[in-house]
Amino acid sequence: MKAEKENPKQLTEEQENLQKIADKEYKYGFVTDIEMEEFPQGLNDDIIRMISAKKDEPDFMTEWRLKALHHWRKQKEPRWTKLKYPDVPFDDLYYYAAPKKKDAPKSLDEVDPELLATFEKLGVPLEERELLAGVAVDAVIDSVSVATTFKDKLSELGIIFCPISEAIHDHPDLIKKYLGTVVPYTDNFYATLNSAVFSDGSFVYIPPGVRCPMELSSYFRINASKTGQFERTLIIADKGSYVSYLEGCTAPMRDENQLHAAVVELVALEGAEIKYSTVQNWYAGSKEGLGGIYNFVTKRGLCAGKDSKISWTQVETGSAITWKYPSCILKGENSVGEFYSVALTNNYQQADTGTKMIHLGKNSRSLIVSKGISAGKSSNAYRGLVKVSKNAENSRNFSQCDSLLIGDQCGAHTYPYMEIENPSAHIEHEATTSKVSEDQIFYLNQRGISSEDAVGMIVSGYAKEVFQQLPMEFAVEAQALMSVSLEGSVG
Amino acid sequence: MLSIKDLQVSVEGKTILNGLNLEVKAGEIHAIMGPNGSGKSTLAHVLSGKDGYDVDGGSATYKGMDLLDLAPEVRAREGMFLAFQYPIEIPGVNNTSFLKKALNEIRKHRGEDELDAIDFLALIKKQMELVEMKEDLLKRPVNQGFSGGEKKRNEILQMAVLNPELAILDETDSGLDIDALRIVAGGVNKLRSKDNAFVVITHYQRLLDYIIPDHVHVLSEGKIIKSGGKELAFELEERGYDWLLEHA
Repeated sequence: MKAEKENPKQLTEEQENLQKIADKEYKYGFVTDIEMEEFPQGLNDDIIRMISAKKDEPDFMTEWRLKALHHWRKQKEPRWTKLKYPDVPFDDLYYYAAPKKKDAPKSLDEVDPELLATFEKLGVPLEERELLAGVAVDAVIDSVSVATTFKDKLSELGIIFCPISEAIHDHPDLIKKYLGTVVPYTDNFYATLNSAVFSDGSFVYIPPGVRCPMELSSYFRINASKTGQFERTLIIADKGSYVSYLEGCTAPMRDENQLHAAVVELVALEGAEIKYSTVQNWYAGSKEGLGGIYNFVTKRGLCAGKDSKISWTQVETGSAITWKYPSCILKGENSVGEFYSVALTNNYQQADTGTKMIHLGKNSRSLIVSKGISAGKSSNAYRGLVKVSKNAENSRNFSQCDSLLIGDQCGAHTYPYMEIENPSAHIEHEATTSKVSEDQIFYLNQRGISSEDAVGMIVSGYAKEVFQQLPMEFAVEAQALMSVSLEGSVG
Repeated sequence: MLSIKDLQVSVEGKTILNGLNLEVKAGEIHAIMGPNGSGKSTLAHVLSGKDGYDVDGGSATYKGMDLLDLAPEVRAREGMFLAFQYPIEIPGVNNTSFLKKALNEIRKHRGEDELDAIDFLALIKKQMELVEMKEDLLKRPVNQGFSGGEKKRNEILQMAVLNPELAILDETDSGLDIDALRIVAGGVNKLRSKDNAFVVITHYQRLLDYIIPDHVHVLSEGKIIKSGGKELAFELEERGYDWLLEHA
């Protein structure tokens, strides 16, 4: 559970805004809060220089951002997905905004009761609620001291775990060596935009042979202030090291910025293993499909060395639009890539998500387990690519893509792509589509379980293979999240 | 405990139950027999609250409540249990945690404390002996990959754990070999008490060799055409249903 991007005062305002918008014609689809310290709207060289200067970045960073901006100017927004949404008014957006602290609620009494009810349902510990709700009290100080303790322990092992803005200052060599090596600034429209304007994010470096003794979570990141809409994360696992990183939060996360374009880069050197788990629960918009976060994320891991391994686990329940394909480039011999995903859409949510497994090294192996769950009027697409290049002798892939439908107004789509250039490859693909049946719900009803809980249980059962990949605590929360996210999906 | 008066039920305009009357008191076992299509399973479904049935007339009172007005989960929490003719598979949902959730919903409804994992395991282990079930079935997903007999035993195990006041067994004997039948019936016999009641729906008399009913009713075309003691079952076994139907 991490605490950032929360500001309930603004949240209620946002809700009011949403209500206002609901009452009139929905013009731009974008809500911008005005209680912010902002740079001027739009995007140009000056804005980039201002962002870079504000962060006191070295010149190489400023140059990199500018190169990205110039490249982005030449790009077109990709429209090849199954997603339908109005044009994003990029020139009207604010690309740097620091939230004002003065309006933070002083206690939970000032927090939106609906948000508190959700915390209750999710079983968020009391001491974390204030933090999540953005209450400006001791809880925050406590968390900083907890974080400091962890940080001391980590630095004893030589592990670097800090905001990426700090790493740019303190470890410029590592940044120069690795930033943009997995997701270059030219990669795609959103990644390019992110490279130009990224606000903050996490940086992790695990030295050779070190096994990180705890799950790293952005929750414990010092100065975990709002990283905003353009988050950038870079994780490097040096030879023979291991790290497990948790991103996100099961509590509903609201943000005044509607467009999110994050980039995550992972680098696993020889014999290293990175496990990256995400629970994404951004605001999904109203039941009528108004508002909600547009989440365009580029996540990619490079298994650079022999015997390296990268494993992505994601539970996606939030956002109005999810566009996300955590991928692995399996360059090292015997390297392993894994992708476990649960993507749940309800109401008018749309998700186009999946993975790419690029086999370059000999004997590289990949596993894809994707579980899509669609309810309401939502649309859920799995899009995956398995590519085996000429030199990837004896590569293996197994893909399992399942879709579960709740009700009869939602859609599930599967787009598996395969490009196999080596005849020794072993590729298997299995796909199923099933429905939550009335018989199953009745069976559970007849044992005293309410329909809502029944659907939650059925869905959790269906997604179990993926939940098992999550760290224990996270898995329990993620299951509760399923039920909460499906509220109202059965009559 | 259960009082059904002149119950009329239809499915998509077709009448299935046509003026059914039944009185069940605590401590009793009632057997409902009848040929295929006589409305036996409909009766079980309507009593337990399954969707898709229209009640056109009559009433059903359970422990003084208007049964037909209660949501299915509330009926269950009030102590009504249906052993399914075709138990449903729920992939990925662990059999033990499912049953724990069910029991705790019922306990919560009664205002009792929820059982924790340790107490629950102790209870379930004890009750498993009743149905001679293998322990690994507890670790598997609900009914998934169970044989026909294992599914039926799992129903009886659930009944033993949930300890209902009124249990309806819908053709629990169908598809069971003689050993499984004996175990299932043994479970029922050990659970019966002066405080609970059973309605045993069956096509064959065979189950009644093991579960001795106090009352036997013959259902035909949606109503009970004959009631009697256990000897009625033997008579049916010998003479079939036809002699009754002719006189009906």
